[in-house]
Amino acid sequence: MSKTISIDGQSVPFEEGQTIMDAALAAGVYIPHLCHNPEFTPHGSCKLCTVKVNGRNVASCTMPAVEGQEVLNDTEELNADRLALTQMLFVEGNHLCPACEKSGNCQLQAVAYYLGMMSPHYNHFYPQREVDASHPDVILDRNRCIYCELCVRASRDADGKCVFGMSGRGIGSSLVVNSASGRLGDTNLAVTDKAVQVCPTGAILIKGKGFTVPIGRRIFDHYTIKQIQTGGGPHE
Amino acid sequence: MTFELETAANPEKLRRVVIEPVSRVEGHGKVTLLLDDDNRVHQARFHIVEFRGFEKFIQGRPYTEVPVLVQRLCGICPVSHHLGATKAMDMIIGAKLTPSAEKLRRLMHFGQILQSHALHFYYLASPDLLFGFDSDVAKRNIVGVAAAFPDIARQGVALRKYGQEIIRLTAGKRVHGTGAIPGGVNKNLSREERVFLRKDIDQIVSWSQAAVELIKRIYTGNPDFHNGFGYFKSSFMSLVRDDGALDLYHGGLRARDEHGQDIFDHVDYGHYWDYVHEEVRPWSYMKFPFIRSRGREEGWYRVGPLARVVNCDFIPTPLAEAERKVFREFGGGSATQATLAYHWARMIEMLHAAEGIQELLLDNDLSGDDLVNTGTPALRGVGVIEAPRGTLIHHYRVNEDGLIVRANLIVSTTHNNQAMNEAVRQVALQYLDGQEVTEGLLNHIEVAIRAFDPCLSCATHAVGKMPLEVELVDAGGNVVSRLNKAPDGRCGV
Repeated sequence: MSKTISIDGQSVPFEEGQTIMDAALAAGVYIPHLCHNPEFTPHGSCKLCTVKVNGRNVASCTMPAVEGQEVLNDTEELNADRLALTQMLFVEGNHLCPACEKSGNCQLQAVAYYLGMMSPHYNHFYPQREVDASHPDVILDRNRCIYCELCVRASRDADGKCVFGMSGRGIGSSLVVNSASGRLGDTNLAVTDKAVQVCPTGAILIKGKGFTVPIGRRIFDHYTIKQIQTGGGPHE
Repeated sequence: MTFELETAANPEKLRRVVIEPVSRVEGHGKVTLLLDDDNRVHQARFHIVEFRGFEKFIQGRPYTEVPVLVQRLCGICPVSHHLGATKAMDMIIGAKLTPSAEKLRRLMHFGQILQSHALHFYYLASPDLLFGFDSDVAKRNIVGVAAAFPDIARQGVALRKYGQEIIRLTAGKRVHGTGAIPGGVNKNLSREERVFLRKDIDQIVSWSQAAVELIKRIYTGNPDFHNGFGYFKSSFMSLVRDDGALDLYHGGLRARDEHGQDIFDHVDYGHYWDYVHEEVRPWSYMKFPFIRSRGREEGWYRVGPLARVVNCDFIPTPLAEAERKVFREFGGGSATQATLAYHWARMIEMLHAAEGIQELLLDNDLSGDDLVNTGTPALRGVGVIEAPRGTLIHHYRVNEDGLIVRANLIVSTTHNNQAMNEAVRQVALQYLDGQEVTEGLLNHIEVAIRAFDPCLSCATHAVGKMPLEVELVDAGGNVVSRLNKAPDGRCGV
């Protein structure tokens, strides 16, 4: 007989070694998340997947599932916190959806819609960040980076290249690339690399593809992020 | 010419009348008049006081993003900016469009012309034309038109709606879509979508004909007044097709002087700067373009529907062409330089757009799959298109990485800057000189501006949303009298 945890009163089975997030996704239960991607080692940085386990807040993507856990997920309080975190992500970068080619395919935007975000609420930081278009096939627009490190993990773990890394601390953090010049064009990144495919926002883009998918045929024109990430829609 | 009214000799002795806002979309404009003790006009200026900054803040952005970004300049004619920028990006990537891509863009543009011209004529200008320039201000709006002339108002709404549907199906959204991409378009029109649009197009053409008849009846019903209102002569500039036909999407630049003589013709707009320069004047954020060969004083010109209909040799759709001939021949050509004739020309163009849509919807290329081309990249791109209000120039330079390093946009309103100032001065001289200022008289000035630019007209008729305040200020800056138009349209002192 398999072990189970309870998420919002629903019994969810899990196998040894799975996190709460793993178990939830396998059971079709959506826990909002951005830095988590089942293909890569959990990171626990965006905190959107925070749930309450036996009264304590934990990141569900890093917390191992343990028999008998009482997990609260889809609650007014937790969703309010997730909304605030999402709004902070928006104001800390320069996320201008109307002119962004990732609009409609962007997980940050889709999570914001899912959480009912109607405005950024907080004052914009309007940080000065660089756009690096030196690579022949890929643009790195740091304005839209949310520091999820999915590209860092993908480049290291899937591509075996370590093209991306984080530098600095706290609000001074930035996404850097592994070349003497600091330019993406001087790295060994290839357009087919996994690191190019995993960005949940419009920070890493393939050149020449902007707006080629018409409005009405983008992923989130038809599906919510909940449907996409719990297997209710086509996979990216 | 009334250049002398641009700057009064002794402004310190004059009273200042300010119309602010000359209610408008996308920012602020105002008119200032300097009057002496006898209310004689000594200075009249139309100022654009908005500052947008698009040319600056797109620097450093990828060129692929620009056609979607810059269309946010406007909510009325975003398609024009979208297409103007995309044409420039076609040049950046060196692409020649496939037949399907060009026809789909042309269809999108016709939809834009149709909806924008319908908006301008029915919503913004018709209250003045149907009720009178100094009629009851409470009724001088689209709601008043709907009450007094329900069929006209209904047709105006339906025409605009149809144009918006064309835009929705070609660009993905009615406002601020993404249809055009460098080298082509991102979607075709399915056969079902074409059938859907064909269902109503005959009615749209018919209503467009009715619109031409309406403005023709109004205009010719009082020809001396309409010809003479804010009258002045100027050069005209517009795009024309290789054979001289009206072409709103693509062509060479043609400029003709006030006598109809060529200044230049079939000019490759990729070098527009050899022909048109821009002058900066200290009292306005908007530049004053002029034709280089004629110099700063004489080189100003008009663009837009009147310029296009007068400049072209013919219109390549039959109903609009017949109306062009009627317009040209009216009163021995007396309307061809008239400020209010912009409305007449505008409706002829709307009819042309409706006919153009009707013709294109039968073309199977609209459903083709060959939508995007590439070519040899370049570092500079210029896109020129005839927007509803006139010639629109988008000019970009990119670096080797494809990021924008420089941009120059010359929009229709900018081309018409001097002309709108001229119209304001003429109306000020004709109607305000020596008179006590009233709302009705001030509306005459706005009527003249409205003939050129729906961005400026929109808010004036925004039914209770945009108050108008006019102050009479003496030389010491003291308010002598004040006239208010409240949000409900009522006037008070």
